[in-house]
Amino acid sequence: MKTIQILGTGCKKCADLATNVKQAAADLGLVVQIEKITDINQIITFGCMTTPALAVDGQLLSQGKVLKAVQIAELIKK
Amino acid sequence: MQWSREWRSLVTFIGVFIVCYYLPVEALQPMLWSCSPLWEALYLVRWYAQEHVLLCLIPAFLIAGAVSVFISQASVMKYLGPKANKFLAYAVASVSGTVLAVCSCTILPLFAGIYRMGAGLGPASAFLYAGPAINILAIVLTATVLGPQMGIARAVGAVVFSIVIGLLMHLFFRKEELAKVAAAAALPEPEVARPLWKVAIYFASMVGILVFANWGKPQQMEGVWSVIWMNKWLITGGFAALLGQCLVWWFCVKGSAIYGVAIPVLFLTFLFPDQPQMAFVVGVFGLCLVLTTRKDNDELQEWFDNSWDFAKKILPLLFYGVLIAGLLLGRPGHEGLIPSGWIVSLVGGNGLSANLMASVLGAFMYFATLTEVPILQGLIGAGMGKGPALALLLAGPALSLPNMLVIRSVMGTKKTVVFVSLVVVMATLSGLIYGMF
Repeated sequence: MKTIQILGTGCKKCADLATNVKQAAADLGLVVQIEKITDINQIITFGCMTTPALAVDGQLLSQGKVLKAVQIAELIKK
Repeated sequence: MQWSREWRSLVTFIGVFIVCYYLPVEALQPMLWSCSPLWEALYLVRWYAQEHVLLCLIPAFLIAGAVSVFISQASVMKYLGPKANKFLAYAVASVSGTVLAVCSCTILPLFAGIYRMGAGLGPASAFLYAGPAINILAIVLTATVLGPQMGIARAVGAVVFSIVIGLLMHLFFRKEELAKVAAAAALPEPEVARPLWKVAIYFASMVGILVFANWGKPQQMEGVWSVIWMNKWLITGGFAALLGQCLVWWFCVKGSAIYGVAIPVLFLTFLFPDQPQMAFVVGVFGLCLVLTTRKDNDELQEWFDNSWDFAKKILPLLFYGVLIAGLLLGRPGHEGLIPSGWIVSLVGGNGLSANLMASVLGAFMYFATLTEVPILQGLIGAGMGKGPALALLLAGPALSLPNMLVIRSVMGTKKTVVFVSLVVVMATLSGLIYGMF
């Protein structure tokens, strides 16, 4: 099972991203674990500069954007 | 954006706005109880609704939305990365808040990123100090509510002192070489963007609309300023035409759509020459319609979505901020709950203690985005000196007790204490200098 991490200090954009991730996972029929990372120091260890960001299994895939569900599906399909 | 989810907020906003705009405070006041700070709050809310929402805040939201979509953050961040030229890094860190800090919640992660993975402590401190003060909404509202002088002083003060603070932080702690995080910063990849000059013209047209629509009546009716003032709607219209042209040239908007907006606007302008707001509202509404109905154009959709997000986040905060400021401090020349005498004795004049007091208060108090402006307006009306006002503006948004705790977790207690003291000292100094003029 994949772990999807959502990095962000907890503003609305991060919440939107989380909603879209859930949507994408549901669309693909994938069971994933969604983890929200709100601690700045932890966010930094991902190598992430701009939030909200998205990582899968610790690998940073997107940052600074609220991706749409379709775009997320592309990223987590593989 | 999904209308099914958003229409409630939109209708609420428009409803509340119209109520505030036409609020018959004078008629209500004698009918109920005649003397109460509550009325001050309502007067102030109405004044904001009439003077600042349509011509100033709405265009500013659109510009802020455009900044977050059309200016690539990645191209700015590359000057703040680990291999960046140190000299350039300070310069970029001090001004990039305009572009990077449109949303206050991104400041701290960026700060932590620049510090731990990027250009280091100096530029990170410079960014943290200047960022919140020079974001485009803050400067626009400061300049229109508190006067252009204060707006410019705020921007210039923030930029200059951020470099000083950054350099000092670097000097104090130069021995403590930071163990950089192993994972090098994955800088976001710059997207294919349009050439810089196109972006520049497009932003110039929007800033032009904002500046000239809010052009204040000069005190003397002669000279360049008054010529501009008398023709301000003509100039604003010129910039609006330029914006329309940019949309057609570079954003694949159909010419017919722009004419569809421009014709009613012109019509209203000639029909009601005394009510330029009407044409302005129709113009903005038309623009939003053009942006949201281009389903195939993601950029424009995103532009509107981001602007709407800002509006949705900031307007309620500002509404309550204005209410509370009016309740506690009253309109300029009137008294609220807090007696003016207290304020004059604490932060009146331009003494060292007044400036220091304002800086310390500003540093520890939490201001929700932009609410520092109505609060400060109340304070100035109640007798605060303009030096201390600037000191509070500089120390205020950069720091608050909650974000000090986050900063401490990023760079440790010692550095945080030094940073906070530097901010307080610098804000006090700039207040003193500004107060002398």
